[in-house]
Amino acid sequence: MMENAWLIPLFPLLSFLILLLFGKRLKEASAYVGILLTLASLVFSILVLFERFSEPTYITKFNWLTIGDLHLTAGFEVNQLNALMLFIVSLVSFLVHTYSKGYMNGDERFPVFYAYLGLFTFAMLGLVISPNLLQTYIFWELVGVGSFLLIGFYYYKEEAKAAAKKAFIMTRIGDVGLFIGMILLFWETKSFEYSAIFAAVDAGAISGTMITLTAILIFIGAVGKSGQFPLHTWLPDAMEGPTPVSALIHAATMVAAGVYLVAALFPLFAASKTALLTIAVIGAFTAIFAASIGLVQTDIKRVLAYSTVSQLGYMMLALGSAGYVAGVFHLMTHAFFKALLFLAAGSVIHAVHTQNIEEMGGLWKKLKFTGPLFLIGTLAISGVPLFSGFFSKDEILIAAWEGGHPILFLLALIAAFMTAFYMFRLFFMVFTGEARGDQKHVHESPNNMTYPMILLGVLAVIAGYVNTPWFGSFLGDWLVDGNPALGHGHIEGPIWIMIAATVVSLAGIYFAYMMYYKRSIARNTISGTGDTLHTILLNKYYVDEFYQLTVVAFTKGLSYFLRFIDVFLVEGLVKGVVGIVQGLGRTGSKMQTGQVQTYGAVAFIGLALLAVIFALTGGYLR
Amino acid sequence: MSSVPASAFLALALILFCIGLYGALTKRNTVIVLISIELMLNAVNINLVTFSKYGMAPSITGQVFALFAISVAAAEAAVGLAILISLYRTKKTVNIDEMDTMKN
Repeated sequence: MMENAWLIPLFPLLSFLILLLFGKRLKEASAYVGILLTLASLVFSILVLFERFSEPTYITKFNWLTIGDLHLTAGFEVNQLNALMLFIVSLVSFLVHTYSKGYMNGDERFPVFYAYLGLFTFAMLGLVISPNLLQTYIFWELVGVGSFLLIGFYYYKEEAKAAAKKAFIMTRIGDVGLFIGMILLFWETKSFEYSAIFAAVDAGAISGTMITLTAILIFIGAVGKSGQFPLHTWLPDAMEGPTPVSALIHAATMVAAGVYLVAALFPLFAASKTALLTIAVIGAFTAIFAASIGLVQTDIKRVLAYSTVSQLGYMMLALGSAGYVAGVFHLMTHAFFKALLFLAAGSVIHAVHTQNIEEMGGLWKKLKFTGPLFLIGTLAISGVPLFSGFFSKDEILIAAWEGGHPILFLLALIAAFMTAFYMFRLFFMVFTGEARGDQKHVHESPNNMTYPMILLGVLAVIAGYVNTPWFGSFLGDWLVDGNPALGHGHIEGPIWIMIAATVVSLAGIYFAYMMYYKRSIARNTISGTGDTLHTILLNKYYVDEFYQLTVVAFTKGLSYFLRFIDVFLVEGLVKGVVGIVQGLGRTGSKMQTGQVQTYGAVAFIGLALLAVIFALTGGYLR
Repeated sequence: MSSVPASAFLALALILFCIGLYGALTKRNTVIVLISIELMLNAVNINLVTFSKYGMAPSITGQVFALFAISVAAAEAAVGLAILISLYRTKKTVNIDEMDTMKN
């Protein structure tokens, strides 16, 4: 089965092509094309995953380009990480395809939406089976295009257009780093192959500084894609896209691509202490930074977006603390519960037609499926024991502690508290209390929207049990099997970490409960509306404004200057040349009087001149 | 006959050609221009005949050629006049200054 893994990305591509050609004719039936083809991908992915459990890594490649002595190859690889990613991506994509049939119902660009989804899924699946950096980079950019198209899907909305551009440009900034890192690695090792790069790192063929430099450059690419500080600002804005897209791209798959990249290149990162420390610090900082912003946001999707940024920070922290398994494990569980949360949020938005949580409230009774499912997702992300998020978060905290970063561990613990708090704040404000907005037409979503959520809900509960301290670390052992560079499958940590994690998450829930359900603690206890802290958080630490004032203003100034040069210097030069030619032409055309006699006279004078020259020189001009 | 030197014939031809050229380039009436062109042609004919008699290799060919040239010139004059008449019919003028359709 694994030798046919290359087919998995081709199904969504086929869906994209079919919908591109026949979308207008298929109309609502486009959904079935997309759903069936992603289902095919999912089935293949599951088969590949199960086969990978018992068989070794399958890799195949063929010569793609030969330049002199250089052979660039293309192909695909099914290792543990890739097989797992294939499964996650195709599963979430399939569920989102199904869900969108209900959510996007009635949109006039319905087939286009499915076509874009197909393109994105193709790119993402292609990304996770690439055996070399170059191929990864190509799909990496394709993923960016898919994301751009889907964020800007409601292109008639100014915010959506701006968000799409912002997402594209911000991630491009990171991609430049990735590109430079990739070229440097190629320069050092004469190969884009992961295996060749790891072999070179292992053999000490690359100097330590170079490893650190390339690793950090590649990490910059991951920072852009995974919305880490300081390139995180595009991710919350990307919520302008349709909600299923947010679930697919900006929660479960694309933003995880950065984490995936770091995980895929982990032996490279592991060879440099500095690079790992950078990743850990950025990850931990992003985790607490985004979580603190999430505390005060009032848009349901933005809260989830900041929680995504924060959780991605967690994964980076894990990877940076040499907790390969913890990072990938959290990537998996997060994909499930965050996709669930987004789909549930989409279902809520579908029901109440607003994204402002201040206008919701009391939806628990009206949304019989969405409510409990949202609660499951919230419990999972908050790290409540027995839910999937608990196990993966625990792993990360242990990795951070054992990795020797007590400060980062503390930051992560505080971020965990905040996560529990703002997620339950969200839950209580949306589903409990009085109805605050117009809720006359609230109705539960159709089945094709609830079923994907139910499946994700089940996964959000059970996905953690593949890697627990109690029942064995099956996932971890499998992930690092045959690759000592990735570290241990299971890191033993002190038991108090698990207890501490449980305590902070329960404390977060308790405070949220008191503040937003019981209302026994006033909402402005710590900082009230209008307070400085509240304002800073509400404005997301003014990062956007800061960029506006520095980078954007500088770029604008530069472009005005360049425009000045263009208008006056370059254009002046061009106009001068044009003027000379035009003047010449005008003089020439004036001589064309149409008078036969003038022509005759000129011809005769010419002849006479020739004769004179002939007579003087004796025939030839010397 | 032989007392007249070749240079005299050539001078005659030169004068004739120059008169023709002057007329062709300066006269405004198209008919005169055509006549001037005939003058230039005939100057050439005189040259041909002169060289057939006094040239480096005297031959009858030059005179035959002149005869051909005269007949072709006659035909050309007929065609030229016909064109001129049709031009006059459309333009109501024989003034060569006004015949500047080549410009547009």
